[in-house]
Amino acid sequence: MIKKIFLIGNPNVGKSVVFSRLTGVEVISSNYAGTTVEITRGFLKLNNKEIEVVDLPGTYSLEASSKSEEVAVALLKECPREECVVVNILDSTNLERNLYLTLQLIEEDLPIIVALNMCDEAKHRGVSLETDKLEKILGVPVIPTCAITGLGIKLLLERISEAKPVARNKFSHRERWQEIGNIIEQVQQLTHRHHTLREILEDASVRPFSGSLIAIGVILGSFEFVRFIGENLISRIADPLFFNFYQPLLIKFSSFLDQESFIHHLLIGDLINGQIDFKQSLGLLTTAPYIEFAMVLPYIISFYFVLGLLEDIGILPRLAMLLDNLLHHLGLHGFAIIPVLLGLGCNVPGILATRNLESKRERFIAATLISIGVPCVALQAMIFGLLGKFSGLYVAGVYLVLLAIWLILGVILNHTAKGYSPELLIEIPPYRFPSLTTLWKKLFLRIKGFLIEAAPLVLLGVLIINVLLYFKLFDFFTGIFAPIIKGLFGLPKEAVVSLVMGLFRKDVAVGMLMPLALTVKQLFITAVLLAISFPCVATFIVFFKELGLKDLIKAVLIMLFVALVTGSLLNFFIR
Amino acid sequence: MLPAGFIMQLSGILNKMRRISLKQMKTNQKGIVCDISAGSALVNKFMSMGIYIGREITKISHIGLKGPVAIKVGRSVLVLGHGVADKIEMEIQ
Repeated sequence: MIKKIFLIGNPNVGKSVVFSRLTGVEVISSNYAGTTVEITRGFLKLNNKEIEVVDLPGTYSLEASSKSEEVAVALLKECPREECVVVNILDSTNLERNLYLTLQLIEEDLPIIVALNMCDEAKHRGVSLETDKLEKILGVPVIPTCAITGLGIKLLLERISEAKPVARNKFSHRERWQEIGNIIEQVQQLTHRHHTLREILEDASVRPFSGSLIAIGVILGSFEFVRFIGENLISRIADPLFFNFYQPLLIKFSSFLDQESFIHHLLIGDLINGQIDFKQSLGLLTTAPYIEFAMVLPYIISFYFVLGLLEDIGILPRLAMLLDNLLHHLGLHGFAIIPVLLGLGCNVPGILATRNLESKRERFIAATLISIGVPCVALQAMIFGLLGKFSGLYVAGVYLVLLAIWLILGVILNHTAKGYSPELLIEIPPYRFPSLTTLWKKLFLRIKGFLIEAAPLVLLGVLIINVLLYFKLFDFFTGIFAPIIKGLFGLPKEAVVSLVMGLFRKDVAVGMLMPLALTVKQLFITAVLLAISFPCVATFIVFFKELGLKDLIKAVLIMLFVALVTGSLLNFFIR
Repeated sequence: MLPAGFIMQLSGILNKMRRISLKQMKTNQKGIVCDISAGSALVNKFMSMGIYIGREITKISHIGLKGPVAIKVGRSVLVLGHGVADKIEMEIQ
């Protein structure tokens, strides 16, 4: 009786795409090793029975070397043999490397079925495989699939019950490779192709000079592209919707309520010059939705669209290679750039992605640098809104200060944190033309995730602020922190509320700054301070879950120290 | 006629001279892995990615003086940190 299906395979062979095909559960997939760090579960119906499908993080062998691999292997070894089937997913374009894990799985006496994925790409690259022969040699069912288009998935399901353990001798590592050599000779034919443009680009992107040029171009281009899409979504869609349709409705509603009442204060907020001001009124129906949907959401959409493109084309591992040198000085290696880039969207997936790093020390450094030096998209959008109207230079200034903090703090942590940092060892995937459906699905998933996670928090944040403001409970807070804020940072004591609120949710915090009428210098300092402090409660939680209480306390102390030093320095040096 | 022992020694020296570490190889140079001086965990990881003694490797690029090394093994492109690349000794044909 089959109860569980495990999907296992090398990194970046498309396990997650197969998983989506089998279960209908949408998961994020990209073109780099290590997209999946968590174990995803779903269900499928086979002969009217529900079977659990488990998508495991990619691994090269059954001897795990990182935390996400460890988890995959442990789960597999736990499951009773008669209740599970292992679907081993292989990349047809690189059969040789993939077979190592397959042979190991067979040697473990696991019931296996092999899916030769990306069979269409193999054809394009001049690789032809004799599936029947491979099936005979391995003694397990082999099915060519193309998960992106869905080809072969049905056949895979039909034959899943044929998966049975085959008795096979245990090999030594060397013998395994010899065996693989023999198999490849029998089943694989390569047709020589001329160098395509894609291959020329692939080559150029790993060479020092051309690679750096491409990388700089890609980073600057992406940044501009994100801004372009974000700004246009705001000015052409979000703002017109809010001002032309939503505001008239709210005005009617406002006049219907008693302006002095608590309810009016809660829902609409304060009227500015007798008008509803989406940025300053601070009501549950005014500022809260405006911040989320007209200021932050457009940038979430544009950021994740561009990130998805970069991920699916296969640019990120190449960046990892080029930045390896620099990141070594921060006690990390090149791969750490991927969690950092994910952190620019939201720190939570960024910190989760540090699971791909091998040592605890690296994970601590990376997670601390992400939560302190990497602003999430919600915060960046608010900084654009806050400082962009004065000058783009201020916005650039915030990024420069953060970059400096990131580098300096990294060097310091590298010299102080205990433990070891292993070296980079990754595979560079071929460039792929992104599939529009995967791109779209991924974008949709991430936006949905943002809305589910952020919207309730923002509403709650605005609610708390409103209640506290109405009952004048903030004076207590402001009284305690006012000396630091005023003396060191040169900020009015009202800014305390925003800074404290910032630990809860950044966009709300910046929203609270808008009515304060701060000078540009004060806004700049507050923006930097907000960027340094942890982005939101969710970051605290994920940091705690991933690295434990001790590391969380360490990181928070570092964060407070960095904020104190940076705030004072900026206040002292900027005129 | 040279004594056989001398020839053996000479060829031994020549053989050693052709052995260099992966990071010393030139771009686009091919070689065969002849020694990996690393702990068993790393050797296993190399093994699973297709780097083992006797395997042919082509070096593709090298970023900076102390940067990572990109190599081609079979059909995959792998990137190894500087220190890791130093642990792999190659024999050049």
